[in-house]
Amino acid sequence: MTMATQRLSTLFFRHAAPATLLRIAATSVLSLALTLAGLLAVTFAMSALSPIDPALQQVGDHASAATYAQARHALDLDAPLPERFVHYLDRLCHGDLGVSTATGQPVLGELREVFPATFELSTIALLLSAMAGVGLALLSARWPGSWIDSVIRIISLLGSSVPIFWLGLVALALFYAHWHWAGGPGRLDDAYEYTIDMPSGLVLVDSWHSGMPGAFASAVKHMLLPVLLLASYVLGSIARLTRTALLGELHQEYVTLARAKGAGSSWILLHHVLPNCAGPMLTVIALAYTNLLQGAVLTETVFARPGLGRYLTNALFYGDVPAILGATLVLGIAFILINGTTDMLVRLLDPRQR
Amino acid sequence: MMAIDCKALSADFSTRRSGTTAVLKSVQLRVMTGETFGLIGPSGCGKSTLLRILAGLHTRWRGEVSIFGQTLQPDNYPRNALLSTVQMVFQDPYASLHPRHSVGRALLEPLKVNNIPEPARRLRQALDDVGLPPSIEQRYPHQMSGGQRQRVAIARALLLRPSLLLLDEPTSALDVSVQAEILNLLNQLKARYNMTMLLVSHDAGVIAHMCDRAAVMQDGAMAQLLLREQLAIYGGT
Repeated sequence: MTMATQRLSTLFFRHAAPATLLRIAATSVLSLALTLAGLLAVTFAMSALSPIDPALQQVGDHASAATYAQARHALDLDAPLPERFVHYLDRLCHGDLGVSTATGQPVLGELREVFPATFELSTIALLLSAMAGVGLALLSARWPGSWIDSVIRIISLLGSSVPIFWLGLVALALFYAHWHWAGGPGRLDDAYEYTIDMPSGLVLVDSWHSGMPGAFASAVKHMLLPVLLLASYVLGSIARLTRTALLGELHQEYVTLARAKGAGSSWILLHHVLPNCAGPMLTVIALAYTNLLQGAVLTETVFARPGLGRYLTNALFYGDVPAILGATLVLGIAFILINGTTDMLVRLLDPRQR
Repeated sequence: MMAIDCKALSADFSTRRSGTTAVLKSVQLRVMTGETFGLIGPSGCGKSTLLRILAGLHTRWRGEVSIFGQTLQPDNYPRNALLSTVQMVFQDPYASLHPRHSVGRALLEPLKVNNIPEPARRLRQALDDVGLPPSIEQRYPHQMSGGQRQRVAIARALLLRPSLLLLDEPTSALDVSVQAEILNLLNQLKARYNMTMLLVSHDAGVIAHMCDRAAVMQDGAMAQLLLREQLAIYGGT
C-alpha cells in the first residue's frame, strides 16, 4: 500500500476494524446481487410484455405462417415464460445480448463501442462538477448572504436552467467556429479519426497510447466543450444541496465547541462540517452521475459524439428491442453499482453506521 | 483579584419575524478568583447567553466586561489571550462532541490548532484527571455512556489549563446517579488546578452543593444575590 493510500484510508476509515469493513462490504455485495436479480427480472419482463413482436420485425408482414413460427422458435418466443427467463439468464452469462434488429450487429459489440464514450465523458464531467460544486458550496457557506454567495447562486442556477442543447450550440459557435479555442463536433479531428485504434473505447486513453501527441491534444480539445457543458448542468444541484447541508451543520453545538477550542471558521468548515456532510454530498454526486450517464443524449447529439444516450434514443425510434434491453441493462447495472458504492461509502465514512 | 467583572451588560437577539428581543438587561456581575459562582434561574432568563458572551461565542452585547483584568470588546474577543484562560463545558456532551471524531482526535484538536507542545502527554494527563482510561481515545461519542462523554468534555476543557471554567448546566443531560460523580469530579479538579468556576444551572440543589455564592436571574436581569448560608436554605440542604 502506498503512503498516499495509507493516509487516505486513515483519514476516512480510522479505527474501523477489518472485520467491520468486511461485514459492510459483504452486506453491500449481497444487496447489489439482489438488486441485480430484480433488474434482470424487470428487463426480461419488458421484453416479454413489449407490444413489439421481434419475430414479425425479423421476417416482415408478408412472411408465411411457417416462416413466422420458425422465427419465433429461433428467437425462443414459443417457450413458456419461466423457461425463456432461464434461457435469457444463460445467454447473458455467455455475454449474448442478442442481435440488433436495426443494424444486424450483436448488441454487446455495439454497447462496447458506445458505453466507454459516455462513461469517459460523464466521469470527467462529474469529477469536474463535484470539485467545483463542493468548492463553491464551501465558499457560499463560509460567507452566506454575501455577494460571493449571490454570484455563486447565479452561476449554479444558470448551468441548471439554460437548455443544454442551446448552450452547446452557442458554445460551438463561439469557442469552435469563431475563436477556434475548442474542438468541434466528433471525438477527434478528421486527420486522426480513422488512424487511431480504439481498443478501450476511451478516446483520451487510446489517443495517449497511439504515440501521436497531436491526437491526444485533439481529443482533449474536442472533449473540452461537452465536458464543461455537462459539468455546468449538474454543478448547480451539487453546489446548492452541499451549501444547504453545510449551513445546516454550522448551527450544531459541536461547531460552537470547535470555536471554543480556538479553531478558525475555515478550519471548522473543512475539518468539522464538511466531513459531517459526506452523506448528503455523496448522494447528490451519485445522483448527478446517474443523470449524466443516461442524460448526455442532447450533448452527444449536439457534439456528434457516440454514446449510450444517443444509442438508446435511436433504438427507441427504431423499436429495436434487443438494443433497448441491452442499453437498459447496462444503464441499470451502472445505477446499481453507483448507488451501491455510494451506500457503502456513506456507511464506511460514518462511525455511527459501522 | 476579580475573575469576572461585568457592568451594565446588555444583549439582544434579533430575528426578522419577532424583531429584537432583549436577553440581558444591564447585568452586574462580579466573580472573585478561586470562587465557584452559580447562576440560577428559569429557562430563557439569559444564563447561557451570559456564559457565551464570556466565552466569546456571542458577540452582540453592550456594556463593560473584563476577565482577569482583560477588557473584552463585543466584536473583538481577545481569543489568543483568553483561550487558555477561559474554557466552557456545554450542557449536552453528545451534541457538543463531533459524531465522526474519536475521543483522541477531539481532544488533540485544541492542542493542534493552538500549537501546544507535548500533545500526547497532555492528552494522557487530561484523561487521567477525569478518571478515564487511555483506551477511550479510540472510541467515538456514540460508543460511550453519558457520564463518560461529559468527562471527555471536561477533559477537553482542561487541556488548555484554563483559569476560568464556564459550566453550562453540565449535569442536566445526565442520570441522577452520574450527576453527583461529575459534580464531585469538578470540585476535585477546581481544587487541583486552582480554577474559578461559573456554573449555570436551574437545579437549586446543584448550585447549593457546588457554589460559594450565586445569583438568581430572572427575565435577563440579576434578581437576587445568594451567599453561602442562603444557598444552603435555597437548595434545601
